[in-house]
Amino acid sequence: MAKNDVAASGLAGTRIRERRLLAGIKQAELAVRAEISPSYLNLIEHNRRRIGGSVLLRLAEALGVEPAVLTQGPAAALVSGLREIAARAPERADEAETVEEFAERFPVWAGRLIQSQAEIARLEQSVDALTDRLTHDPDLAGRLHEVLSVVTAIRSTASILVETPEIEPQWRDRFHRNIHQDSRRLAEGAEALVSYLDAAPGEALGAVSPQEELDAFLDVHGHHFPPLERRDGGTVARILDGAEELRSDAARMMALEWLNQYRRDARDLPLDAMARAVADLGPDPLAIAAHLKADAVMVCRRLAALPQDMVGEIGYVLCDGAGALVRRRAVAGFATPRGTGACPLWPVFHALGQASTPLKATVMQATRDARPMTAYAVCEVTGPSTYGSPAPRRAHMLLIPERQPSESVPEAAEEVGITCRVCSRSACPARREPSILREAF
Amino acid sequence: MAAKVLLIEDEPNIIEAIGFVLKRDGLNVRTHSNGVDAIEAVRRESPDLVILDVMLPGRSGYEILEELRDDAQIGDIPVLMLTARGQARDREMAERAGASRYMTKPFANAAVLEAVRELLGQ
Repeated sequence: MAKNDVAASGLAGTRIRERRLLAGIKQAELAVRAEISPSYLNLIEHNRRRIGGSVLLRLAEALGVEPAVLTQGPAAALVSGLREIAARAPERADEAETVEEFAERFPVWAGRLIQSQAEIARLEQSVDALTDRLTHDPDLAGRLHEVLSVVTAIRSTASILVETPEIEPQWRDRFHRNIHQDSRRLAEGAEALVSYLDAAPGEALGAVSPQEELDAFLDVHGHHFPPLERRDGGTVARILDGAEELRSDAARMMALEWLNQYRRDARDLPLDAMARAVADLGPDPLAIAAHLKADAVMVCRRLAALPQDMVGEIGYVLCDGAGALVRRRAVAGFATPRGTGACPLWPVFHALGQASTPLKATVMQATRDARPMTAYAVCEVTGPSTYGSPAPRRAHMLLIPERQPSESVPEAAEEVGITCRVCSRSACPARREPSILREAF
Repeated sequence: MAAKVLLIEDEPNIIEAIGFVLKRDGLNVRTHSNGVDAIEAVRRESPDLVILDVMLPGRSGYEILEELRDDAQIGDIPVLMLTARGQARDREMAERAGASRYMTKPFANAAVLEAVRELLGQ
């Protein structure tokens, strides 16, 4: 640490305390998040311990601020942010010398400028991710090629018919037949393309929001974190340190919260107990909860975090009280939408309205790649209710592909969709918007 | 004698339509629909011009074109590439692989015919 940094970090404890109070976090809670003892944090906050290195990084992360904000104060952070902006325009190097004066005289405007620049950088990253996706996703390229090839065939054939009035009857009939055939293929190809674009991001797709960054991070790890399964408790910070998928601060905060929950769940429902229960009872959350005398919601989370060789194929969806999908583990044969609301017929949304009644249903999406799934859905009350204000809720759904002797669809399977936009069910009472498939074709 | 054009494309109705247009213009049209043995087809047919789709079953058009350009026997044949992509990167890849001309789907019959005549020096 440079000499002036040491001097400046003398009051780092005060800044940590101010930031903590501003964020409404209790001292004990911040200590847990930063993986230090509350008494040590207390000493730091009263400037009786100097900090640096990994403790500083963990505290900054837990408070959602840059480490420089804690060690050097906001002015230094502003100057550093402005210098970064200035560095992007090296031809105006003379103006870079005025950043300190600018930050000192107009701290609010400086903050807004830095914020805008960060937003521009985030948007640029999104554009890059989407461009990259179009360029390097072979599946998407294949589907686009197919659609455009059929369009080409229709265009060429139609041109011949229009430009050649003297065409022989056998050729005319043949070309009419080709156009009819291709128009059907075009409708199917476009439907498949739209469904693909609306489905959740897989490994090949770029993450364009903090939510997607977190999903990508969890997908890379198979939703399972062996260090957090150990009884001595692995460190969340170490896992996050190497997480390239978590590019934004928001995504890192969300991951931190999710992994801390994971560690608590793993402590209360250890992996070996879960493995034995799954082997004996199958991935049925209520049966396992009764057997282990555990909370069904926690069992759902644990099942969703087990490795596939232990639990088999399993999908997971978590929705908040507004029905937004906030977490998902993909399973082949049941697509989840990106960007738009999911099909309201999913059991997870029925469960949301029935806090005391877990649900089990067989569902199957009306798509080409769908497989019948056993769905278990459980509602969780996440906070206390107050007069005139109901308790906040969220709902968990596990999806287990049914093992069918053949490709037959079980009679009891309820047909559901992905999202209204790409669903062709004609008479659906739950429809929230018209399907673009039916409108277009 | 009519110039010979080999159309390597996996979409049957494009083969039929473009084949019709080229034949009507007096060209001798041969067709082939997969990437795996496309080079053998070029050697066998020895055409005056190849029309080559980029995305073929078994092998990409870029790979086929690179191999074709390295072959002393068939390396000088002009090649018109057809692709469904219009991005600069794809155009660059086609040029690097040695394409004589590059067309993006969906194209007009007249544009294909014009490109073919130009490449055949007609």
